[in-house]
Amino acid sequence: MATMTTDGAGPKLRPTKSTGFLSWVATTDHKRIGILYFWTVLVFFFIGGVESSLIRAQLAQAELSLITPEIYNQMFTMHGITMVFLVVMPFAAAFFNYLLPLMIGARDVAFPRLNAFSYWFYLFGGIFLYSSFFLGGAPNGSWVGYAPLSTNAVSNMAFYAVGLQILGVSSLASAVNFIVTIVNMRAPGMTFMRMPMFVWMTLTTSFLLLFAVPIIAVALFMLQFDAVFDAQFFQPATGGDPILYQHLFWLFGHPEVYIMILPAMGIVSEVMPTFSRKPLFGYAAMAFAGAAIGFIGFGVWAHHMFTSAIGPVPRAAFAVATMFIAVPTGIKIFNWVFTMWGGRIRFTTAMLFSVGFVSMFTIGGLSGVTHAIVPHNAQQHDTYWVVAHFHYVLFGGALFGLISGVYYWFPKVTGRLMDEKLGKIHFWSWLVGFNLTFGPMHMSGLLGQPRRTAVLPGELGTTVETYNLLSSSGVIVLAVSASIFLYNLIRSIRRGEVSGDDPWDARTLEWMTATPPKHHNFDVIPTITSRDEFWHRKYAESDQGIPVAVPVGASDDHDDHAGDGEHIHMPDPSLWPALHTLGVLPLGYGLVYANWLLIGIGAVWMVAGMFGWIIEPLAEGDDDEPALVGSATH
Amino acid sequence: MTAVAPSTTMGLDNRKLGMWTFLASEFLFFGAFMSAYLLYLDTTNRGPGIEIFDIPFTSVSSFVLLMSSLTMVLAHNSHVRGDMRRMRLWVLATAGQGMVFLGGQVYEFTVFFREGLDLTQSPFASSFYFLAGFHGAHVAIGVLLLLGLYSLSLTGKIKPGQDVKTEIIGLYWHFVDIIWVIIFTVVYLIPELRV
Repeated sequence: MATMTTDGAGPKLRPTKSTGFLSWVATTDHKRIGILYFWTVLVFFFIGGVESSLIRAQLAQAELSLITPEIYNQMFTMHGITMVFLVVMPFAAAFFNYLLPLMIGARDVAFPRLNAFSYWFYLFGGIFLYSSFFLGGAPNGSWVGYAPLSTNAVSNMAFYAVGLQILGVSSLASAVNFIVTIVNMRAPGMTFMRMPMFVWMTLTTSFLLLFAVPIIAVALFMLQFDAVFDAQFFQPATGGDPILYQHLFWLFGHPEVYIMILPAMGIVSEVMPTFSRKPLFGYAAMAFAGAAIGFIGFGVWAHHMFTSAIGPVPRAAFAVATMFIAVPTGIKIFNWVFTMWGGRIRFTTAMLFSVGFVSMFTIGGLSGVTHAIVPHNAQQHDTYWVVAHFHYVLFGGALFGLISGVYYWFPKVTGRLMDEKLGKIHFWSWLVGFNLTFGPMHMSGLLGQPRRTAVLPGELGTTVETYNLLSSSGVIVLAVSASIFLYNLIRSIRRGEVSGDDPWDARTLEWMTATPPKHHNFDVIPTITSRDEFWHRKYAESDQGIPVAVPVGASDDHDDHAGDGEHIHMPDPSLWPALHTLGVLPLGYGLVYANWLLIGIGAVWMVAGMFGWIIEPLAEGDDDEPALVGSATH
Repeated sequence: MTAVAPSTTMGLDNRKLGMWTFLASEFLFFGAFMSAYLLYLDTTNRGPGIEIFDIPFTSVSSFVLLMSSLTMVLAHNSHVRGDMRRMRLWVLATAGQGMVFLGGQVYEFTVFFREGLDLTQSPFASSFYFLAGFHGAHVAIGVLLLLGLYSLSLTGKIKPGQDVKTEIIGLYWHFVDIIWVIIFTVVYLIPELRV
């Protein structure tokens, strides 16, 4: 029966080696794709950090002219786009990719090649956006790209429209992939209410992406056609309505906020129980709160537009909805606190970052509630108060959580521990630098400092100037801190202490695998009988509810040598995702420059790539060849 | 060497679930375009407005598109029964009807353009061309998928037991039809009630 590459005469472009450059280009292994995401994120994080340093250097004193207003506009726009779309979102995707199949007891995601496709779209989208620096200047109309300003005065916003569109495709593809993986590929016995909280948050985030990305796609298509092909969506001269753009953007933009924070919340919900030696407090409430945030997150977008002409009724409705979303968020915060309460807490670096997440995010959450109060909102609109708020939730929140995840799962990925001493220096300097940078912005914002202004106005007075100097000096602390982190990361990969399979005495399935996990993750797919499965395999409870270690080997499906004789079918590596997505570059440039030749080349390339992808022969016969599996697919 | 397809948690094929998930997202995509269209219904900038639509003509092409859902079902049914010859016939019929619809849209757009409904004329024109045009693009991709299905079943890449492939393309095709039912109602019929 069909065994080796017998069906079809498809192009045979498959690298056979498992090391070297080509093996990474062709990889469909979720773990390798996760690692690719991680390193790409670090590069973009560095670039985004340099941009913010330039912004802070310019604002260190009043009336400075270190960089021109034009360059300043490009810097703050690209800083925003980079940190949102090229750092925080794909950073979360790195964790989703690496951990999701391991946590649910699967051997890969549902669509391994689509997974690679998502990564390449992300990489090429990032390169495409940054190529604008060499092609007449980067986008300079801020990350929201409000029309019609972005369509008329600011020509390079076409790169913004097309670049974000490309990144959106990447997000949409991974959202579909992760939803199907979570819904359909859980290990036997892993019911929804037994899934690790990180998996719950991944699922919620994926649904948010699924419903938010198409809306920004529409806004970006309109924006781009207004800018490049003279369409009339947002041009007041012919009756177009700029408020429509704001609605479409924020209908995506507000769920996007939760898309960035929920993964970090998931990570913290894994780290805290492990280092408190307690199960997660209020598991069901946590899962429900995440889903509630996802739902309500679609009903609060207009609080970004309280100073636009939307009328009193929407203002009231969105104000109430915005206050309401603080409820599930508060549930989460209290549950984390109660998880630690009475636990045997170990303050490892990962735990410190998680605690830092909860405290910094709470500060950002409290300043967030002030946005719901319409008169307050009108006062603080477009001031540094807003900048302070969203850096407390995105930097103090999302980024602290994600870095916590790096320290926590580093031993699983590399087999080595990160240096705890350096890690703690990193944490404390990071915490001080962060608060030094963004804390004073609350004050300068309330004193009236406008955001997105290339020069700090001297008439705001010396107090505001002092706050700005403090902010700028905080960036230096952050830069030193980030260098310590990078040094620790690279040093630990090479020379870190060997960790073993389960260095933290953790609770979830990924720690049950070999370290680093084998290509097929699990020799035998475990059967799940409880939440925190791995913990319950290690410990039974005494009469007083105190964990008692279970002798090794008590669980029958954790056998490193089982499966040696049996063949495990894994997804083949494939070059087609990378080849296919490469076509997005000519297509993108064609759309920016209204060049039909380039558009044609890109479109034909991608269609051809898609067919190459479809007819690529499988190394081991078709998945659903009837002779092999009977009528199982019906 | 045996390659056993792992069974899924929900018992539903991964690819089918993936297509359903993707289609959920597509509704938001068209929903946003429809909102823009309804917002700009009267914003014609002294150019042509809703009176330009030719309801009888579009009704005919809509009928053709709706009938293509029937042939799509027949194609899937033939595939399930392993009758690949009939399956190919119905797939071709479906693609053919899709192309008739596309031809109708090209004709319609040309007529509108000659009557002064330029993309750059007004927000109404832009939002109409975007809504109808993106639907047309979806039909075109569907036709491409169907022709791919046809040719790959000829080469033997798609086998009689793999009817899930026809089913997935069918899901997409029915979605494109359903969206057209909504677009036809919202764009062509409802505004007509007001004239």
